[in-house]
Amino acid sequence: MSEYVTLTIDGKEVKAPVGSTVLEAAKSVGINIPTLCFLKGINEIGACRMCVVDVGARSLQAACMYPVSEGLKVITNSPKIREARRVTLELILSSHEKKCLSCVRNINCELQKLAQELNIHDIRFEGELQHYPIDDLSHSIVRDPNKCVLCRRCVSVCKNVQTVSAIETVDRGYKTIVASPFHMPLKDTPCVNCGQCIVACPVGALREKNSTDKVWEALNNKDLHVVVQTAPAVRAAIGEEFGYPIGTPVTGKMVAALKKLGFAKVFDTDTAADLTIMEEGTELVDRIKNNGVLPMITSCSPGWIKFCEHFYPDMLDNLSTCKSPQNMFGAVLKSYYAEKMGIDPAKIFVVSVMPCTAKKFEAERPELASTGYPDVDEVITTRELVQMIRESGIDFRNLEDEEFDDPMGEATGAGVIFGATGGVMEAALRSVPYLLTGKDDDNIDINVVRGTDGIKEAELEVAGIKIKAAVAHGLGNARKLLDKVKAGEAEYHFIEIMACPGGCVCGGGQPIQPASVRNEINLMAERAKALYQEDQNLTYRRSHQNPGVLKMYEEYFEKPGGHKAHKLLHTHYVAREIYPEE
Amino acid sequence: MSCSCCKADNKAEALEKIIAKYKDTRGALIPVLHEAQELYGYLPLSVQKKIAEGLNVSLADVYGIVTFYAQFYLNPKGKYRINVCLGTACYVKGAGEIFDKLSEILKIKNGECTPDGLFSLDACRCVGACGLAPVIMINDDVYGRLTADDVPGIIQKYRDMEAEAV
Repeated sequence: MSEYVTLTIDGKEVKAPVGSTVLEAAKSVGINIPTLCFLKGINEIGACRMCVVDVGARSLQAACMYPVSEGLKVITNSPKIREARRVTLELILSSHEKKCLSCVRNINCELQKLAQELNIHDIRFEGELQHYPIDDLSHSIVRDPNKCVLCRRCVSVCKNVQTVSAIETVDRGYKTIVASPFHMPLKDTPCVNCGQCIVACPVGALREKNSTDKVWEALNNKDLHVVVQTAPAVRAAIGEEFGYPIGTPVTGKMVAALKKLGFAKVFDTDTAADLTIMEEGTELVDRIKNNGVLPMITSCSPGWIKFCEHFYPDMLDNLSTCKSPQNMFGAVLKSYYAEKMGIDPAKIFVVSVMPCTAKKFEAERPELASTGYPDVDEVITTRELVQMIRESGIDFRNLEDEEFDDPMGEATGAGVIFGATGGVMEAALRSVPYLLTGKDDDNIDINVVRGTDGIKEAELEVAGIKIKAAVAHGLGNARKLLDKVKAGEAEYHFIEIMACPGGCVCGGGQPIQPASVRNEINLMAERAKALYQEDQNLTYRRSHQNPGVLKMYEEYFEKPGGHKAHKLLHTHYVAREIYPEE
Repeated sequence: MSCSCCKADNKAEALEKIIAKYKDTRGALIPVLHEAQELYGYLPLSVQKKIAEGLNVSLADVYGIVTFYAQFYLNPKGKYRINVCLGTACYVKGAGEIFDKLSEILKIKNGECTPDGLFSLDACRCVGACGLAPVIMINDDVYGRLTADDVPGIIQKYRDMEAEAV
């Protein structure tokens, strides 16, 4: 039980827990205080001064940082306060590049919304505009400092949540800018391309490297057989952009929209997730039985992989050699599928729709082109797919549900839950008993690895073998877990790591929810619900039951971990220096 | 001790000692940067990288701090460090023109150093000699009541000194 204090806000008596802020206390009684830099749990530094309130002190105080105390009297709305907020906002706007109509965040911009809410109709100050170069050299992320409002959410999520720290506030005063050390392009820093900075940004200063033009071009090229695969997390969030409540799975409509866009085939990356479980599960069993390197760590999350290559190069042998489902699917399409359908793999153009910006970088990794062709030709994020759907005039809400295409149209519930933290682990644990003994056990809902705790642990006994597992999401949690393993304080057989907090459902390529939503609900948990719901409703819920995958082994790959599978479905990793010598 | 590679090695060793001295101290970054700058004269990427690694902080953190504080330099300083006072008194007495003249004849901008390593140029705030405004300092020597026309002669004096030394 935490202790409470009583304070008055705008004449209303409020009970609030000790240690909470005026902003939280006000919210609890329905008083909204405007904020800009504040993002709960990520950036609580009072930088922007939009949330100033009168607490009876000499000057107005930032409500997002001001602690409640017994008897405190707060005024949140007075001419003085409104004027202070308005001047602050006008000053921010005075040096902001106001190209709103062509901005990626047009109508989904927290600054725009604030200007509307604070009734800004004239900007009294004309500030000098800075003209900084746009950094678009990364495969994944574009930074446009001209639109930056210096809220520092990106800096904070990169440094404190992900512990990557590729950017910082640099210089001082009017020249302050968010930049990488020595103003290097992001691609030369340890940036892992997770895109958490993009989904944290209130404005359009960060965005994904847009690939929609290249996808349109391919779709218009009659010589190409253009197919698309969609990751599980996409269906869990794309509905948000079309007015569905958060956590509504819209798989059927998403498939229908993709068919309308003109893709020859619409496939489900979940199928490849099942294939991943077959390969990765087999690899785990092999490592346990034959004294291989343990713990084995999952390799589905490309943000995590690059993080490991930079910060834990001594643990590369712990990574599963399995390609991610995205790339496994690409390799399957350009080998098995090409052969089966009699299509020249050079003519197959694979697009993937991912909740992830790091997948764009992953698709460019040269070592993954094991078929002789890149596994995946273009990656678009959930947001880019939304753009394409809007651009085509597709009435998403009124589409009839459609099914993924055959062959390989079938996926299991195990593949679906890959999109949430703990999902890969749960999927693996649903199949490991079968892979070890040839028989399933009763465990299907493995709740201990679900949920949004930063680090989760599970222990499972199969055929007399104890398997200790751990799950971490968000790279800061991954770092904590790995440091414990390295220090010998914890021992596991199998670890799942996803770079983004919450896993792929909250990936850097997902629809952007403003702070006003993220501060109030657990986005990670709400979106994950959509996946667990779909999992419950599927016929097959264990990867090794996927008929399409079994057929693939029968007709092509022979057996999990076999020679052909190794050549096409596995990869290797390279140690990367954090900052290479100049 | 004449070849520069040995000197570089000595400096790297000295830097490691500085880092080791502060390794477990909280808030050590700024004192380490000060001592490293004393050693190298400025804080290039390689030095900042060593410090970041040694103190277990990110290079972004180090660079953020180095660029925040005016007393840290990203570029080497010259053998003759020219500081032009742009404080109020000097400024109204025409220090801006003196700065521009220096920049023109040395062909460098604020914070930079000539390629031969002889001169570096910095604008600074009041040096406390307002009575002599406008004032420049070259290392520890003060030159006051200047006009832009005095500048070439002063620079030439140092160039001559260098020529004699060779």
